[in-house]
Amino acid sequence: MRYLPLTPTDRTDMLGVIGAASIDDLFADVPGAARLTAPIAGLPHHASEMAVERHMAALAAKNVSAGSVPFFLGAGAYRHHVPASVDHLIQRGEFLTSYTPYQPEIAQGTLQVLFEFQTQVARLLGTDIANASMYDGSTACWEAVAMAGRITKRSRAVLCRGLHPHYVSTVQTMAKFTGDSIDYRAPKLEPQTDTAGLIAAIDETTSCVVVQYPDILGRIPDLAAIAKAAHAKGALLVAVVTEPVALGLIEAPGKLGADIVVGEGQAIGVGLNFGGPYLGLFGCSDKFVRQLPGRLCGETVDAEGKRGFVLTLSTREQHIRREKATSNICTNSGLCALAFSIHMTLLGGTGLAEMARISHLRARQTADALAAIPGVTVLNSVFFNEFTVLLGRDARDVVRVLADRGVLGGVSLGRLYPGVPELAQGLLITATETTTDADITALAAALKEVLA
Amino acid sequence: MPLYYTQDHEWIDTNGAVGTVGITDYAQSQLGDITFVELPEAGSAVKKGDAPCVVDSVKAASDVYSPVSGTVTDINAALEGEPELVNTQPESGGWLFRLTLADAGELAGLMDRAAYDEFVAGL
Repeated sequence: MRYLPLTPTDRTDMLGVIGAASIDDLFADVPGAARLTAPIAGLPHHASEMAVERHMAALAAKNVSAGSVPFFLGAGAYRHHVPASVDHLIQRGEFLTSYTPYQPEIAQGTLQVLFEFQTQVARLLGTDIANASMYDGSTACWEAVAMAGRITKRSRAVLCRGLHPHYVSTVQTMAKFTGDSIDYRAPKLEPQTDTAGLIAAIDETTSCVVVQYPDILGRIPDLAAIAKAAHAKGALLVAVVTEPVALGLIEAPGKLGADIVVGEGQAIGVGLNFGGPYLGLFGCSDKFVRQLPGRLCGETVDAEGKRGFVLTLSTREQHIRREKATSNICTNSGLCALAFSIHMTLLGGTGLAEMARISHLRARQTADALAAIPGVTVLNSVFFNEFTVLLGRDARDVVRVLADRGVLGGVSLGRLYPGVPELAQGLLITATETTTDADITALAAALKEVLA
Repeated sequence: MPLYYTQDHEWIDTNGAVGTVGITDYAQSQLGDITFVELPEAGSAVKKGDAPCVVDSVKAASDVYSPVSGTVTDINAALEGEPELVNTQPESGGWLFRLTLADAGELAGLMDRAAYDEFVAGL
Protein backbone atom coordinates (compact mmCIF):
# COMPACT_ATOMS: atom_id res chain seq x y z
CA MET A 1 0.00 0.00 0.00
CA ARG A 2 1.35 3.42 -0.90
CA TYR A 3 1.35 6.06 1.77
CA LEU A 4 -0.05 9.28 0.33
CA PRO A 5 0.27 12.13 2.82
CA LEU A 6 -2.28 14.90 2.81
CA THR A 7 -1.35 18.22 1.29
CA PRO A 8 -2.05 21.47 3.16
CA THR A 9 -4.83 22.10 0.63
CA ASP A 10 -6.42 18.71 1.43
CA ARG A 11 -6.40 19.61 5.12
CA THR A 12 -7.86 23.06 4.54
CA ASP A 13 -10.60 21.56 2.35
CA MET A 14 -11.52 18.96 4.96
CA LEU A 15 -11.51 21.52 7.78
CA GLY A 16 -13.76 23.71 5.64
CA VAL A 17 -16.28 20.89 5.18
CA ILE A 18 -16.60 20.27 8.92
CA GLY A 19 -16.47 23.96 9.79
CA ALA A 20 -13.25 23.96 11.82
CA ALA A 21 -10.68 26.73 11.45
CA SER A 22 -7.63 24.65 12.36
CA ILE A 23 -6.54 21.17 13.43
CA ASP A 24 -6.21 22.50 17.00
CA ASP A 25 -9.95 23.27 16.97
CA LEU A 26 -10.57 19.52 16.88
CA PHE A 27 -8.96 19.20 20.32
CA ALA A 28 -10.99 21.95 21.94
CA ASP A 29 -12.55 19.37 24.31
CA VAL A 30 -9.15 18.59 25.85
CA PRO A 31 -8.67 20.97 28.79
CA GLY A 32 -6.05 23.65 28.08
CA ALA A 33 -3.97 22.63 31.07
CA ALA A 34 -3.61 19.13 29.64
CA ARG A 35 -2.41 20.32 26.22
CA LEU A 36 1.25 20.69 25.34
CA THR A 37 2.29 24.02 23.91
CA ALA A 38 5.96 23.16 23.59
CA PRO A 39 8.16 20.04 23.67
CA ILE A 40 8.27 18.32 27.08
CA ALA A 41 10.92 20.08 29.13
CA GLY A 42 14.01 18.12 30.08
CA LEU A 43 13.35 15.24 27.68
CA PRO A 44 16.63 14.15 26.07
CA HIS A 45 16.55 14.02 22.29
CA HIS A 46 18.88 11.17 21.48
CA ALA A 47 20.18 8.06 23.18
CA SER A 48 21.71 4.87 21.83
CA GLU A 49 19.81 1.58 22.02
CA MET A 50 22.24 0.28 24.64
CA ALA A 51 21.88 3.40 26.74
CA VAL A 52 18.09 3.16 26.59
CA GLU A 53 18.23 -0.52 27.59
CA ARG A 54 20.44 0.30 30.58
CA HIS A 55 18.16 3.13 31.58
CA MET A 56 15.00 1.03 31.30
CA ALA A 57 16.58 -1.89 33.16
CA ALA A 58 17.48 0.46 36.01
CA LEU A 59 13.90 1.75 36.12
CA ALA A 60 12.49 -1.80 36.01
CA ALA A 61 14.76 -2.80 38.90
CA LYS A 62 12.86 -0.37 41.12
CA ASN A 63 9.73 -2.51 40.75
CA VAL A 64 9.02 -5.40 43.07
CA SER A 65 7.68 -7.98 40.64
CA ALA A 66 4.95 -10.45 41.50
CA GLY A 67 7.12 -13.53 41.17
CA SER A 68 10.04 -12.22 43.21
CA VAL A 69 8.47 -11.85 46.68
CA PRO A 70 5.58 -13.24 48.75
CA PHE A 71 2.60 -11.93 46.79
CA PHE A 72 -0.99 -11.61 48.04
CA LEU A 73 -2.53 -9.14 45.57
CA GLY A 74 -5.79 -9.79 43.75
CA ALA A 75 -8.79 -7.48 43.53
CA GLY A 76 -9.56 -8.28 39.92
CA ALA A 77 -6.13 -9.35 38.63
CA TYR A 78 -4.85 -12.75 39.72
CA ARG A 79 -1.49 -14.43 39.66
CA HIS A 80 -1.93 -18.05 38.64
CA HIS A 81 0.66 -20.33 37.16
CA VAL A 82 0.57 -20.23 33.36
CA PRO A 83 2.40 -23.23 31.90
CA ALA A 84 5.22 -22.44 29.46
CA SER A 85 3.40 -24.53 26.85
CA VAL A 86 0.71 -21.81 26.61
CA ASP A 87 3.23 -19.23 25.41
CA HIS A 88 4.68 -21.74 22.98
CA LEU A 89 1.34 -22.78 21.49
CA ILE A 90 -0.12 -19.30 21.02
CA GLN A 91 2.76 -18.52 18.65
CA ARG A 92 1.96 -21.31 16.20
CA GLY A 93 1.32 -20.31 12.59
CA GLU A 94 -2.26 -21.62 12.65
CA PHE A 95 -3.17 -18.74 14.94
CA LEU A 96 -1.78 -15.92 12.83
CA THR A 97 -3.29 -13.49 12.77
CA SER A 98 -5.23 -13.08 15.97
CA TYR A 99 -7.00 -10.09 14.45
CA THR A 100 -10.70 -10.27 13.60
CA PRO A 101 -11.02 -13.23 11.22
CA TYR A 102 -13.25 -11.75 8.51
CA GLN A 103 -11.87 -14.16 5.91
CA PRO A 104 -12.71 -17.72 6.95
CA GLU A 105 -10.69 -19.16 4.06
CA ILE A 106 -7.44 -18.00 5.71
CA ALA A 107 -8.41 -17.95 9.40
CA GLN A 108 -9.68 -21.42 10.25
CA GLY A 109 -7.18 -21.84 13.12
CA THR A 110 -8.26 -18.63 14.83
CA LEU A 111 -11.94 -19.26 14.14
CA GLN A 112 -11.82 -22.80 15.48
CA VAL A 113 -10.10 -21.73 18.68
CA LEU A 114 -12.60 -18.90 19.18
CA PHE A 115 -15.44 -21.39 18.67
CA GLU A 116 -13.88 -23.65 21.29
CA PHE A 117 -13.24 -20.64 23.54
CA GLN A 118 -16.95 -19.76 23.38
CA THR A 119 -17.86 -23.33 24.32
CA GLN A 120 -15.46 -23.27 27.28
CA VAL A 121 -16.69 -19.90 28.50
CA ALA A 122 -20.35 -20.89 28.21
CA ARG A 123 -19.67 -24.06 30.20
CA LEU A 124 -17.62 -22.18 32.79
CA LEU A 125 -20.22 -19.43 33.30
CA GLY A 126 -23.16 -21.83 33.06
CA THR A 127 -24.77 -19.94 30.17
CA ASP A 128 -26.27 -21.25 26.91
CA ILE A 129 -23.93 -19.19 24.76
CA ALA A 130 -20.85 -16.97 25.00
CA ASN A 131 -19.26 -14.55 22.57
CA ALA A 132 -15.70 -14.51 21.25
CA SER A 133 -14.66 -12.16 24.13
CA MET A 134 -14.70 -8.44 24.95
CA TYR A 135 -11.91 -6.01 25.92
CA ASP A 136 -11.91 -6.80 29.64
CA GLY A 137 -14.16 -7.50 32.59
CA SER A 138 -15.20 -3.91 33.22
CA THR A 139 -16.22 -3.16 29.63
CA ALA A 140 -18.02 -6.51 29.48
CA CYS A 141 -19.87 -5.42 32.64
CA TRP A 142 -21.04 -2.20 30.98
CA GLU A 143 -22.03 -4.10 27.82
CA ALA A 144 -24.20 -6.36 29.99
CA VAL A 145 -25.93 -3.33 31.53
CA ALA A 146 -26.52 -1.87 28.06
CA MET A 147 -27.82 -5.20 26.77
CA ALA A 148 -30.21 -5.55 29.71
CA GLY A 149 -31.51 -2.08 28.84
CA ARG A 150 -32.19 -3.14 25.25
CA ILE A 151 -33.99 -6.29 26.36
CA THR A 152 -36.12 -4.82 29.15
CA LYS A 153 -36.50 -1.37 27.56
CA ARG A 154 -35.69 0.07 31.00
CA SER A 155 -32.77 2.28 31.95
CA ARG A 156 -32.10 1.96 35.68
CA ALA A 157 -29.37 -0.47 36.71
CA VAL A 158 -28.81 -1.46 40.34
CA LEU A 159 -25.18 -2.32 41.13
CA CYS A 160 -24.42 -4.38 44.22
CA ARG A 161 -22.17 -2.77 46.83
CA GLY A 162 -19.55 -5.46 46.27
CA LEU A 163 -18.97 -4.68 42.58
CA HIS A 164 -15.32 -3.85 41.85
CA PRO A 165 -15.03 -0.03 42.04
CA HIS A 166 -13.21 0.11 38.69
CA TYR A 167 -16.13 -1.72 37.09
CA VAL A 168 -18.49 0.74 38.80
CA SER A 169 -16.49 3.64 37.32
CA THR A 170 -16.64 2.12 33.84
CA VAL A 171 -20.41 1.69 34.08
CA GLN A 172 -20.88 5.21 35.44
CA THR A 173 -18.70 6.69 32.70
CA MET A 174 -20.65 4.98 29.92
CA ALA A 175 -24.00 5.75 31.56
CA LYS A 176 -23.14 9.46 31.40
CA PHE A 177 -23.49 9.23 27.64
CA THR A 178 -26.49 6.90 27.41
CA GLY A 179 -28.43 8.59 30.22
CA ASP A 180 -28.93 5.34 32.16
CA SER A 181 -29.46 5.81 35.86
CA ILE A 182 -27.04 3.84 38.03
CA ASP A 183 -27.90 2.95 41.62
CA TYR A 184 -24.72 2.26 43.59
CA ARG A 185 -23.29 2.63 47.11
CA ALA A 186 -19.88 1.64 48.45
CA PRO A 187 -19.69 -1.59 50.48
CA LYS A 188 -19.80 -1.88 54.26
CA LEU A 189 -17.35 -3.97 56.27
CA GLU A 190 -19.79 -6.78 57.01
CA PRO A 191 -19.13 -10.54 56.98
CA GLN A 192 -21.84 -11.16 54.38
CA THR A 193 -23.24 -9.31 51.40
CA ASP A 194 -26.36 -7.22 51.90
CA THR A 195 -28.85 -9.37 49.96
CA ALA A 196 -31.93 -7.79 51.56
CA GLY A 197 -30.74 -4.24 50.84
CA LEU A 198 -29.95 -5.11 47.25
CA ILE A 199 -33.32 -6.77 46.68
CA ALA A 200 -35.09 -3.75 48.21
CA ALA A 201 -33.48 -1.51 45.56
CA ILE A 202 -35.01 -3.49 42.65
CA ASP A 203 -38.28 -2.07 41.33
CA GLU A 204 -40.44 -2.03 38.18
CA THR A 205 -38.09 0.44 36.48
CA THR A 206 -34.97 -1.68 37.04
CA SER A 207 -33.35 -3.07 33.88
CA CYS A 208 -30.87 -5.24 35.73
CA VAL A 209 -29.18 -5.90 39.00
CA VAL A 210 -25.41 -6.38 38.72
CA VAL A 211 -23.82 -8.69 41.27
CA GLN A 212 -20.16 -9.61 41.60
CA TYR A 213 -19.55 -13.25 42.56
CA PRO A 214 -17.38 -13.59 44.64
CA ASP A 215 -17.54 -9.86 45.43
CA ILE A 216 -14.78 -7.28 45.88
CA LEU A 217 -14.38 -8.20 49.58
CA GLY A 218 -14.24 -11.91 48.70
CA ARG A 219 -17.76 -12.62 49.96
CA ILE A 220 -20.08 -14.92 48.02
CA PRO A 221 -23.57 -13.48 47.43
CA ASP A 222 -26.75 -15.56 47.22
CA LEU A 223 -27.31 -15.29 43.47
CA ALA A 224 -30.35 -17.57 43.39
CA ALA A 225 -32.30 -15.35 45.82
CA ILE A 226 -31.32 -12.18 43.93
CA ALA A 227 -32.26 -13.79 40.57
CA LYS A 228 -35.70 -14.66 41.92
CA ALA A 229 -36.28 -11.14 43.24
CA ALA A 230 -35.04 -9.53 40.01
CA HIS A 231 -37.20 -11.72 37.79
CA ALA A 232 -40.26 -10.99 39.95
CA LYS A 233 -39.87 -7.31 38.97
CA GLY A 234 -39.13 -8.06 35.31
CA ALA A 235 -35.44 -7.19 35.74
CA LEU A 236 -32.45 -9.27 34.63
CA LEU A 237 -29.64 -10.55 36.83
CA VAL A 238 -26.15 -9.76 35.54
CA ALA A 239 -23.46 -11.73 37.38
CA VAL A 240 -19.86 -10.50 37.27
CA VAL A 241 -16.95 -12.88 37.85
CA THR A 242 -13.52 -11.30 38.27
CA GLU A 243 -11.83 -14.55 39.34
CA PRO A 244 -13.02 -17.29 36.95
CA VAL A 245 -10.95 -19.93 38.73
CA ALA A 246 -13.57 -19.71 41.51
CA LEU A 247 -16.02 -21.41 39.16
CA GLY A 248 -13.92 -24.56 39.46
CA LEU A 249 -15.28 -24.83 42.98
CA ILE A 250 -18.53 -22.86 43.31
CA GLU A 251 -21.68 -23.15 41.20
CA ALA A 252 -21.72 -21.28 37.87
CA PRO A 253 -23.86 -18.10 37.95
CA GLY A 254 -25.86 -19.19 34.89
CA LYS A 255 -27.02 -22.23 36.85
CA LEU A 256 -28.20 -19.98 39.69
CA GLY A 257 -30.52 -17.89 37.53
CA ALA A 258 -28.23 -15.18 36.12
CA ASP A 259 -29.48 -14.07 32.68
CA ILE A 260 -26.17 -12.55 31.62
CA VAL A 261 -22.81 -13.55 33.07
CA VAL A 262 -19.70 -11.49 32.39
CA GLY A 263 -16.21 -11.75 33.72
CA GLU A 264 -12.53 -11.08 33.53
CA GLY A 265 -10.69 -14.02 31.96
CA GLN A 266 -7.17 -12.84 32.84
CA ALA A 267 -6.71 -15.39 35.64
CA ILE A 268 -6.62 -18.25 33.13
CA GLY A 269 -3.76 -18.27 30.63
CA VAL A 270 -3.15 -14.53 30.38
CA GLY A 271 -0.96 -13.54 33.33
CA LEU A 272 -0.80 -10.21 35.15
CA ASN A 273 0.75 -8.35 32.19
CA PHE A 274 1.11 -5.03 34.07
CA GLY A 275 -2.68 -4.69 34.12
CA GLY A 276 -3.49 -5.41 30.48
CA PRO A 277 -4.38 -6.41 27.86
CA TYR A 278 -7.02 -8.52 29.53
CA LEU A 279 -9.94 -10.58 28.40
CA GLY A 280 -13.67 -9.89 28.78
CA LEU A 281 -15.92 -12.93 29.12
CA PHE A 282 -19.55 -12.61 28.09
CA GLY A 283 -22.24 -15.30 28.21
CA CYS A 284 -26.02 -15.22 28.25
CA SER A 285 -29.19 -17.12 27.70
CA ASP A 286 -29.83 -18.36 24.14
CA LYS A 287 -33.00 -16.27 23.80
CA PHE A 288 -30.92 -13.07 23.98
CA VAL A 289 -28.46 -14.06 21.23
CA ARG A 290 -29.51 -11.25 18.87
CA GLN A 291 -28.86 -8.67 21.60
CA LEU A 292 -25.41 -10.07 22.37
CA PRO A 293 -22.57 -7.58 21.82
CA GLY A 294 -19.35 -8.47 20.05
CA ARG A 295 -18.15 -11.25 17.84
CA LEU A 296 -19.65 -14.71 17.58
CA CYS A 297 -18.08 -17.68 15.78
CA GLY A 298 -20.21 -20.51 14.47
CA GLU A 299 -19.66 -23.97 13.08
CA THR A 300 -20.72 -24.68 9.51
CA VAL A 301 -19.79 -26.76 6.46
CA ASP A 302 -17.92 -25.54 3.40
CA ALA A 303 -18.87 -26.08 -0.27
CA GLU A 304 -17.43 -29.61 -0.09
CA GLY A 305 -19.38 -30.46 3.06
CA LYS A 306 -16.33 -30.27 5.34
CA ARG A 307 -16.58 -28.86 8.87
CA GLY A 308 -15.52 -25.23 9.11
CA PHE A 309 -15.93 -22.08 11.19
CA VAL A 310 -17.18 -18.57 10.37
CA LEU A 311 -18.24 -15.37 12.05
CA THR A 312 -21.98 -15.58 12.50
CA LEU A 313 -24.95 -13.31 13.27
CA SER A 314 -22.77 -10.40 12.16
CA THR A 315 -25.86 -8.34 11.38
CA ARG A 316 -25.84 -7.35 15.08
CA GLU A 317 -22.44 -5.78 14.56
CA GLN A 318 -21.20 -2.33 13.81
CA HIS A 319 -19.54 -3.17 10.48
CA ILE A 320 -22.96 -4.11 9.08
CA ARG A 321 -25.62 -2.37 11.16
CA ARG A 322 -23.63 0.81 11.81
CA GLU A 323 -25.39 2.96 14.40
CA LYS A 324 -27.97 0.26 15.10
CA ALA A 325 -25.42 -2.33 16.17
CA THR A 326 -25.80 -3.92 19.61
CA SER A 327 -22.43 -2.50 20.61
CA ASN A 328 -19.64 -0.30 19.36
CA ILE A 329 -17.27 -3.10 20.31
CA CYS A 330 -16.83 -4.93 17.05
CA THR A 331 -13.80 -6.98 17.89
CA ASN A 332 -12.45 -9.37 20.48
CA SER A 333 -9.32 -9.93 22.58
CA GLY A 334 -8.11 -12.59 20.18
CA LEU A 335 -4.66 -13.34 21.55
CA CYS A 336 -5.78 -13.37 25.20
CA ALA A 337 -8.76 -15.56 24.28
CA LEU A 338 -6.38 -17.95 22.55
CA ALA A 339 -4.15 -18.13 25.65
CA PHE A 340 -7.21 -18.65 27.87
CA SER A 341 -8.48 -21.42 25.64
CA ILE A 342 -5.15 -23.24 25.48
CA HIS A 343 -4.63 -23.00 29.25
CA MET A 344 -8.20 -24.18 29.86
CA THR A 345 -7.68 -27.07 27.44
CA LEU A 346 -4.49 -28.09 29.26
CA LEU A 347 -6.27 -27.92 32.62
CA GLY A 348 -9.50 -29.63 31.61
CA GLY A 349 -12.44 -29.68 34.03
CA THR A 350 -10.47 -31.73 36.56
CA GLY A 351 -7.43 -29.47 36.39
CA LEU A 352 -9.52 -26.35 36.87
CA ALA A 353 -11.26 -27.86 39.90
CA GLU A 354 -7.88 -28.85 41.33
CA MET A 355 -6.43 -25.36 40.75
CA ALA A 356 -9.50 -23.90 42.47
CA ARG A 357 -9.25 -26.35 45.36
CA ILE A 358 -5.58 -25.55 46.01
CA SER A 359 -6.19 -21.79 45.70
CA HIS A 360 -8.98 -22.02 48.25
CA LEU A 361 -6.87 -24.17 50.56
CA ARG A 362 -3.98 -21.68 50.38
CA ALA A 363 -6.36 -18.81 51.14
CA ARG A 364 -7.75 -20.66 54.17
CA GLN A 365 -4.24 -21.34 55.44
CA THR A 366 -3.37 -17.66 54.97
CA ALA A 367 -6.55 -16.54 56.77
CA ASP A 368 -5.84 -18.90 59.67
CA ALA A 369 -2.27 -17.64 60.00
CA LEU A 370 -3.37 -13.98 59.96
CA ALA A 371 -6.30 -14.50 62.33
CA ALA A 372 -3.78 -15.57 64.98
CA ILE A 373 -2.11 -12.14 64.92
CA PRO A 374 -3.28 -9.70 67.62
CA GLY A 375 -5.10 -6.78 65.99
CA VAL A 376 -6.15 -8.70 62.88
CA THR A 377 -9.78 -9.74 62.29
CA VAL A 378 -10.85 -11.80 59.29
CA LEU A 379 -14.07 -10.20 58.04
CA ASN A 380 -15.49 -12.92 55.76
CA SER A 381 -17.56 -15.83 56.97
CA VAL A 382 -17.20 -17.42 53.50
CA PHE A 383 -14.63 -16.85 50.76
CA PHE A 384 -12.96 -18.53 47.81
CA ASN A 385 -9.34 -17.39 47.41
CA GLU A 386 -9.70 -13.79 48.50
CA PHE A 387 -10.77 -12.34 51.83
CA THR A 388 -10.75 -9.08 53.77
CA VAL A 389 -8.98 -8.49 57.06
CA LEU A 390 -9.53 -5.54 59.39
CA LEU A 391 -6.36 -4.05 60.85
CA GLY A 392 -7.74 -1.37 63.16
CA ARG A 393 -5.56 1.21 61.40
CA ASP A 394 -5.03 2.58 57.89
CA ALA A 395 -4.22 -0.45 55.75
CA ARG A 396 -2.55 1.69 53.05
CA ASP A 397 0.26 2.56 55.44
CA VAL A 398 0.63 -1.07 56.45
CA VAL A 399 0.86 -2.19 52.81
CA ARG A 400 3.61 0.40 52.25
CA VAL A 401 5.67 -0.84 55.20
CA LEU A 402 5.16 -4.48 54.19
CA ALA A 403 6.34 -3.68 50.65
CA ASP A 404 9.48 -2.08 52.06
CA ARG A 405 10.10 -5.35 53.87
CA GLY A 406 9.73 -7.31 50.63
CA VAL A 407 6.18 -8.60 51.10
CA LEU A 408 3.36 -7.58 48.74
CA GLY A 409 0.73 -8.05 51.41
CA GLY A 410 -2.55 -7.30 49.64
CA VAL A 411 -4.64 -4.48 48.23
CA SER A 412 -5.79 -1.92 50.76
CA LEU A 413 -9.41 -0.85 50.53
CA GLY A 414 -8.17 2.72 50.98
CA ARG A 415 -6.54 2.40 47.56
CA LEU A 416 -9.72 1.03 45.98
CA TYR A 417 -12.04 3.48 47.81
CA PRO A 418 -9.97 6.63 48.41
CA GLY A 419 -12.97 8.69 49.49
CA VAL A 420 -14.45 6.25 51.99
CA PRO A 421 -12.71 6.51 55.42
CA GLU A 422 -14.89 3.75 56.95
CA LEU A 423 -13.14 1.23 54.67
CA ALA A 424 -9.58 2.43 55.28
CA GLN A 425 -8.71 -0.30 57.79
CA GLY A 426 -9.63 -3.08 55.32
CA LEU A 427 -6.98 -5.12 53.53
CA LEU A 428 -7.90 -7.49 50.72
CA ILE A 429 -5.73 -10.60 50.63
CA THR A 430 -5.54 -13.19 47.86
CA ALA A 431 -3.86 -16.57 47.64
CA THR A 432 -3.56 -18.93 44.68
CA GLU A 433 -1.86 -22.21 43.89
CA THR A 434 1.35 -20.16 43.50
CA THR A 435 1.30 -19.25 47.22
CA THR A 436 3.80 -21.29 49.25
CA ASP A 437 4.01 -22.11 52.97
CA ALA A 438 7.06 -19.84 53.14
CA ASP A 439 5.04 -16.96 51.61
CA ILE A 440 2.32 -17.34 54.23
CA THR A 441 4.86 -17.49 57.05
CA ALA A 442 6.62 -14.40 55.70
CA LEU A 443 3.37 -12.40 55.45
CA ALA A 444 2.21 -13.40 58.93
CA ALA A 445 5.60 -12.59 60.48
CA ALA A 446 5.88 -9.21 58.74
CA LEU A 447 2.31 -8.20 59.54
CA LYS A 448 2.75 -9.20 63.19
CA GLU A 449 5.83 -7.00 63.46
CA VAL A 450 4.22 -4.05 61.70
CA LEU A 451 1.13 -4.15 63.91
CA ALA A 452 3.00 -4.76 67.16
CA MET B 1 -58.81 -3.42 -0.94
CA PRO B 2 -56.32 -0.87 -2.22
CA LEU B 3 -52.62 -1.63 -2.12
CA TYR B 4 -49.95 1.03 -1.83
CA TYR B 5 -46.18 0.83 -2.33
CA THR B 6 -43.17 2.85 -1.19
CA GLN B 7 -39.88 3.63 -2.89
CA ASP B 8 -38.22 1.59 -0.13
CA HIS B 9 -40.12 -1.48 -1.36
CA GLU B 10 -42.68 -1.83 1.41
CA TRP B 11 -46.33 -2.45 0.69
CA ILE B 12 -49.37 -1.58 2.77
CA ASP B 13 -52.79 -3.14 2.33
CA THR B 14 -55.45 -1.07 4.07
CA ASN B 15 -59.15 -0.50 4.55
CA GLY B 16 -58.46 3.07 5.64
CA ALA B 17 -58.40 2.37 9.39
CA VAL B 18 -55.95 -0.52 9.73
CA GLY B 19 -53.04 -1.38 7.44
CA THR B 20 -51.02 -4.55 6.92
CA VAL B 21 -47.34 -3.96 6.02
CA GLY B 22 -44.82 -6.18 4.27
CA ILE B 23 -41.94 -6.02 1.80
CA THR B 24 -42.43 -6.50 -1.92
CA ASP B 25 -41.56 -9.48 -4.06
CA TYR B 26 -38.85 -7.36 -5.66
CA ALA B 27 -37.36 -6.57 -2.21
CA GLN B 28 -37.24 -10.22 -1.15
CA SER B 29 -35.68 -11.23 -4.46
CA GLN B 30 -32.92 -8.64 -3.91
CA LEU B 31 -32.30 -9.68 -0.31
CA GLY B 32 -32.00 -13.40 -0.90
CA ASP B 33 -32.85 -15.99 1.76
CA ILE B 34 -34.40 -14.34 4.80
CA THR B 35 -32.98 -15.79 8.02
CA PHE B 36 -34.61 -13.66 10.72
CA VAL B 37 -37.23 -10.98 11.11
CA GLU B 38 -37.09 -8.60 14.05
CA LEU B 39 -40.67 -7.45 14.58
CA PRO B 40 -41.98 -4.44 16.51
CA GLU B 41 -43.96 -4.84 19.72
CA ALA B 42 -47.73 -4.72 19.52
CA GLY B 43 -48.88 -1.44 21.03
CA SER B 44 -45.80 0.52 19.97
CA ALA B 45 -46.33 3.81 18.16
CA VAL B 46 -44.54 4.33 14.86
CA LYS B 47 -44.16 7.35 12.64
CA LYS B 48 -44.10 7.29 8.86
CA GLY B 49 -40.49 6.59 7.88
CA ASP B 50 -39.55 4.95 11.22
CA ALA B 51 -37.90 1.54 11.01
CA PRO B 52 -39.84 -0.62 13.47
CA CYS B 53 -38.78 -3.84 11.80
CA VAL B 54 -35.54 -5.42 10.53
CA VAL B 55 -35.22 -8.20 7.97
CA ASP B 56 -32.00 -10.24 8.10
CA SER B 57 -31.01 -12.17 5.01
CA VAL B 58 -27.92 -14.08 4.03
CA LYS B 59 -26.77 -10.88 2.31
CA ALA B 60 -27.74 -8.04 4.63
CA ALA B 61 -29.79 -6.73 7.48
CA SER B 62 -32.34 -4.26 6.17
CA ASP B 63 -34.58 -1.84 7.98
CA VAL B 64 -38.24 -1.90 7.04
CA TYR B 65 -39.72 1.59 7.09
CA SER B 66 -43.32 2.15 8.05
CA PRO B 67 -45.25 3.58 5.06
CA VAL B 68 -47.58 5.47 7.42
CA SER B 69 -47.85 6.58 11.05
CA GLY B 70 -49.92 4.63 13.56
CA THR B 71 -49.94 2.15 16.40
CA VAL B 72 -48.87 -1.46 15.88
CA THR B 73 -51.82 -3.77 16.60
CA ASP B 74 -50.52 -7.12 15.45
CA ILE B 75 -47.34 -8.86 14.28
CA ASN B 76 -46.89 -11.93 12.12
CA ALA B 77 -45.77 -14.38 14.81
CA ALA B 78 -45.39 -17.16 12.21
CA LEU B 79 -42.19 -15.46 11.00
CA GLU B 80 -40.39 -16.33 14.22
CA GLY B 81 -40.24 -19.98 13.21
CA GLU B 82 -40.60 -19.51 9.43
CA PRO B 83 -38.85 -16.31 8.32
CA GLU B 84 -38.70 -17.81 4.81
CA LEU B 85 -42.40 -16.93 4.43
CA VAL B 86 -41.12 -13.48 3.48
CA ASN B 87 -39.41 -15.13 0.49
CA THR B 88 -42.18 -17.51 -0.50
CA GLN B 89 -45.23 -15.29 0.11
CA PRO B 90 -43.86 -11.73 0.37
CA GLU B 91 -47.14 -10.00 -0.40
CA SER B 92 -49.50 -12.34 1.50
CA GLY B 93 -48.49 -14.88 4.20
CA GLY B 94 -45.13 -13.14 4.72
CA TRP B 95 -46.67 -9.89 5.99
CA LEU B 96 -44.79 -8.24 8.87
CA PHE B 97 -47.04 -6.13 11.08
CA ARG B 98 -50.43 -4.40 11.23
CA LEU B 99 -51.06 -0.90 12.46
CA THR B 100 -53.89 1.57 12.91
CA LEU B 101 -53.62 4.55 10.57
CA ALA B 102 -53.10 7.82 12.39
CA ASP B 103 -53.67 9.82 9.21
CA ALA B 104 -55.16 8.15 6.13
CA GLY B 105 -53.99 11.20 4.19
CA GLU B 106 -50.42 9.82 4.36
CA LEU B 107 -51.46 7.12 1.86
CA ALA B 108 -51.79 9.80 -0.82
CA GLY B 109 -48.00 10.08 -1.09
CA LEU B 110 -47.56 6.37 -1.90
CA MET B 111 -47.54 4.56 -5.27
CA ASP B 112 -50.19 2.23 -6.63
CA ARG B 113 -49.26 -1.09 -8.23
CA ALA B 114 -48.82 0.29 -11.73
CA ALA B 115 -46.65 3.16 -10.53
CA TYR B 116 -44.54 0.82 -8.39
CA ASP B 117 -44.05 -1.64 -11.27
CA GLU B 118 -42.89 1.24 -13.42
CA PHE B 119 -40.58 2.41 -10.59
CA VAL B 120 -39.01 -1.05 -10.27
CA ALA B 121 -38.68 -1.38 -14.06
CA GLY B 122 -36.66 1.84 -14.00
CA LEU B 123 -34.18 0.61 -11.35
